[in-house]
Amino acid sequence: MNGPLLHVVGTILTILVVASLVGFVLQRRTTDEKAMATVRNLNARTRSWWVMVVVLGGAIWAGATTTILLFALLSFTALREFWTLTPARRGDQLALFLSFFLVLPIHYCLLLDRWYGLMAIFIPVYAFLILPALSTLAGDAKDFLARSAKVQWGLMLCVYAVSHAPALLLLDTGMPSALLLVYLVVVVQLSDVFQYVWGKLIGKRRFAPGISPSKTLEGLIGGGLTAILVGVLLRGLTPFSVVEAAAMSAVIVTAGFFGGFVLSAIKRDLGAKDWGYVIEGHGGVLDRIDSLIFAAPLFFHFTRYFWNA
Amino acid sequence: MTAPIRRALILLVRFLVGARADWRGCAPSTTQRIYFANHGSHLDTVAVMAALPWSLRRLTHPVAARDYWGRNAVLRWIAEVGLRAVLIDRKPVRGDDPLAPAAAVLDRGRSILIFPEGTRGSGEEMGPFRGGLHRMAARFPEVELIPVHLDNLQRILPKGSLLIVPITCTARFGAPIRLEPGEDKGAFLRRARQSVMDLVA
Repeated sequence: MNGPLLHVVGTILTILVVASLVGFVLQRRTTDEKAMATVRNLNARTRSWWVMVVVLGGAIWAGATTTILLFALLSFTALREFWTLTPARRGDQLALFLSFFLVLPIHYCLLLDRWYGLMAIFIPVYAFLILPALSTLAGDAKDFLARSAKVQWGLMLCVYAVSHAPALLLLDTGMPSALLLVYLVVVVQLSDVFQYVWGKLIGKRRFAPGISPSKTLEGLIGGGLTAILVGVLLRGLTPFSVVEAAAMSAVIVTAGFFGGFVLSAIKRDLGAKDWGYVIEGHGGVLDRIDSLIFAAPLFFHFTRYFWNA
Repeated sequence: MTAPIRRALILLVRFLVGARADWRGCAPSTTQRIYFANHGSHLDTVAVMAALPWSLRRLTHPVAARDYWGRNAVLRWIAEVGLRAVLIDRKPVRGDDPLAPAAAVLDRGRSILIFPEGTRGSGEEMGPFRGGLHRMAARFPEVELIPVHLDNLQRILPKGSLLIVPITCTARFGAPIRLEPGEDKGAFLRRARQSVMDLVA
């Protein structure tokens, strides 16, 4: 195992062990009903983090195929959450069926096959043109533009964008490419956590309370800078220099911030609080990977453009 | 040999339609119960069964229409072996009680799952309840009647479509109701139908 990776794994496990111990002690000490609910939620989140770390870590350790299949499953679940909340009409049935059972599998098969050229255009060119074309066969013109846009955005967010995280495994930067994936996921998830913590501590100026009441300017700056610092410290996982690592982390942090923001706006539009329920304490898969959805494609393309051999 | 196949069937359903259970008005319990649910698509029987925890599922028999589930050997096997279903004739010979096989299951102390609308509604609106639920309630007054609402099934598999869209179906279990002394059939059926509608979202 490479040195920096050993540090990352060691640190993550240490944090989780400490969080579990603190949660255990708090649960025994707390008597007040309201505080108990908070502690339970905290413990549920810690348990979920354990599961997420073990599943993703295990998949990455097992190799590229397992990792890609895991992300395919995440995409499937995310797309299901998207369409559970998004209204559709009977005329969309074929387009939706194909989104789940043809477009998604083909896209990930191209990734498994390492066929980058077709993978990059399969959804934006073929799926985006063919699915609305097939929908016309149902003969229902009501809201057709909005419906086609929803079909396309469901695929864009839940399948195409997400798949750029495992697509990092295709890159040849002179470093083991799985480490780039670890780097992206750690920086983007820590950025979420730090933004939340800084926002709670000193957050005042809210960006758009109508979209997400918890996102503040102070949270973005404080959390962003902390995440960038972590990104610099972890540069051993990447081919980046100190300045490059800071710049790439800044890209991840900014994209991640807006990913969370955009997905919150969609959720608000659809009148929901959470996307789903599968991750205890966090909500749905989309609630957890919203920032990754925006950060992954940008991180992938910057890395590919500047460092791919 | 059938146990792992049953498991696989339930896992497949959970993968395809989520089949999440939301215990709103009662807790999961092995108490003898009659679950009654709205009828949204052919998937509703499997959706409720997949939402029930195993300890309850093994004691619960869905009541299913023979004209659909008995159509061929595969469907029949899935229904009778995979889901432990009781198949009934929706249009019985005059004088026969179509629900007699279901009553026999209740006599054995097991729970049943029925769809009192009888046939799938075509729109969003739930159809009126048919009399079977009332007869069961009158004959088995000690059995809890649990309303169940299934959402999204029309969208997962609309009537006339063969294409499944795997969005999440949630099965919401409400508070038990019972047939009140002196309550007439029509009033009871309307109240039972309302108890299912009250579980919407």
